[in-house]
Amino acid sequence: MGLRVSGRLIAPGRAHAPALVLEEPLSLWGGLDPATGRVIEPRHPQHGELVTGRVLLMPAARGSSSSASVLAEAARAGTAPAGIVLGEPDLILAIGAAVADELYGIQVPIAVVTPDVLAEVRTGEPVDIGPEGLTAD
Amino acid sequence: MGTGTALAMRLIVRAAEVLEADRLIPITGAHVDSCLYHGQATLDFVDRLVDGGATVRVSTTLNVGSVDLLHPELWRGDPDLASRGRRLMDRYRALGCRPTFTCAPYQLADARPARGEQVAWGESNAIAFANSVLGARTNRYGDFMDVAAAITGRVPNAGLHRSGERRARLVIRLGDDVPWRLLDEDTLYPVLGLVVGRLAGGRVVAVDGLPPGIGEDRLKALGAAAASSGSVALFHVVGSTPEAPTLTDALQGAAPEAEAVVSMDDLRQARTELGGEGGGPIVAVSLGTPHASTAELAEVADLLAGRHAADGVELLVSTARDTLSEAEADGVAGRLREAGAELLVDTCSYISPILRAPNGPVMTDSGKWAYYAPANIGAQVVFGSRRECVESAIAGHVVRDATWGSA
Repeated sequence: MGLRVSGRLIAPGRAHAPALVLEEPLSLWGGLDPATGRVIEPRHPQHGELVTGRVLLMPAARGSSSSASVLAEAARAGTAPAGIVLGEPDLILAIGAAVADELYGIQVPIAVVTPDVLAEVRTGEPVDIGPEGLTAD
Repeated sequence: MGTGTALAMRLIVRAAEVLEADRLIPITGAHVDSCLYHGQATLDFVDRLVDGGATVRVSTTLNVGSVDLLHPELWRGDPDLASRGRRLMDRYRALGCRPTFTCAPYQLADARPARGEQVAWGESNAIAFANSVLGARTNRYGDFMDVAAAITGRVPNAGLHRSGERRARLVIRLGDDVPWRLLDEDTLYPVLGLVVGRLAGGRVVAVDGLPPGIGEDRLKALGAAAASSGSVALFHVVGSTPEAPTLTDALQGAAPEAEAVVSMDDLRQARTELGGEGGGPIVAVSLGTPHASTAELAEVADLLAGRHAADGVELLVSTARDTLSEAEADGVAGRLREAGAELLVDTCSYISPILRAPNGPVMTDSGKWAYYAPANIGAQVVFGSRRECVESAIAGHVVRDATWGSA
């Protein structure tokens, strides 16, 4: 078994998918195109990467309060990440995930772990999010 | 309880869990930003609320939407997108929200919460103003959450709703090399705001050493820029904002956790980042972000002084529909139109397809507009003072004055 951590879930659900590590915080509003599922912020190190079907890891969410709408819209369009792992709780993303669940029955689980755990995971490694927390091989 | 209200309450309870709040507290008012269209999900959500019989239970103002409902001919984009944006705005009215459609609800006499009042506001500049300048109490509420709070009349007892969390952690001072005459220029404040936001991130900040009694329009510009470059929801300005008669008050008697000095070089650099260079032709000037106050509209009319914007320059001034109707009554709106200005309400020129030539160069006096317009509408931005903007609109090219000295 690999690393196992009891991360706190601020949005429920299960995910099993490869990791996409964001080297800098991303505002989903202006940063993620819900039509394509790609990172569109030109200055972001992961510009052009596809988030769909991957577990997004970032130290913190950033910026606009409209990111909740973008996450819900991405879930509706089928382009949302499989799950999200953050280094600190984020109310805006948690509410976006809750609305996606309410409207469409689509869960985007969000786990909060300590920054050192976040730093252990590399892009492409399989990551599990479940009720017991985050697991990475 | 209807299904719409129950949905809103589930979101509030989820928020309380995320914030690890001990209880919910009542609010007296809300400002809702969710009426700006961000895709089908935003319509599906409000439909669920309206069809589920929900209405707001506190006095609730609405932020800008996608469309100027009073001047729909100003929309230059996809008509289908306009009708979706308009439908979203209508649905929020159906919840019982006031159709104010402004990012500056604090400029409406009957929408200003008192000091200490618990409210739930969305829109970053409005949040910063409510907390900092009015001394009301709100967290940064985002889409869905703001209207859920308005419908339930409740928010989690967390963050800036609690007195202790309102203490400044970071103290920022201006360096000795910043000339005093600059402190009396409007254009300092958005530039300083950009720097303050970068330094503060999400921390409560106190700015010390400015002259006392700084006016609301300057604090508005400072806060809007700081809430763009950072996640600033509360800034104290010692001697000007209600929770900071002294630095000790802003710090609630504690020691600052961090201190920073902003030098003249920092300010010059921030101004350059906003678009401080450029002496060439411009195609548009956009004023009124956040929405212009009555005093700002009158100032623009005075600066125009009976002259007319140059051919080929679109001069756009954004304000609230309520402020516009005052300006219509006192003649200011007429003077602006005679000078060639277009008056935009209910929306803003950096979030909707309004400008004839959005790629620019567009000149603005707003730190917030300069910060967001390049990514949002692809504009090349030139930042300047209100006076420089007006002179440039008349000349058709960038006109600079001596405010920042010869660089």
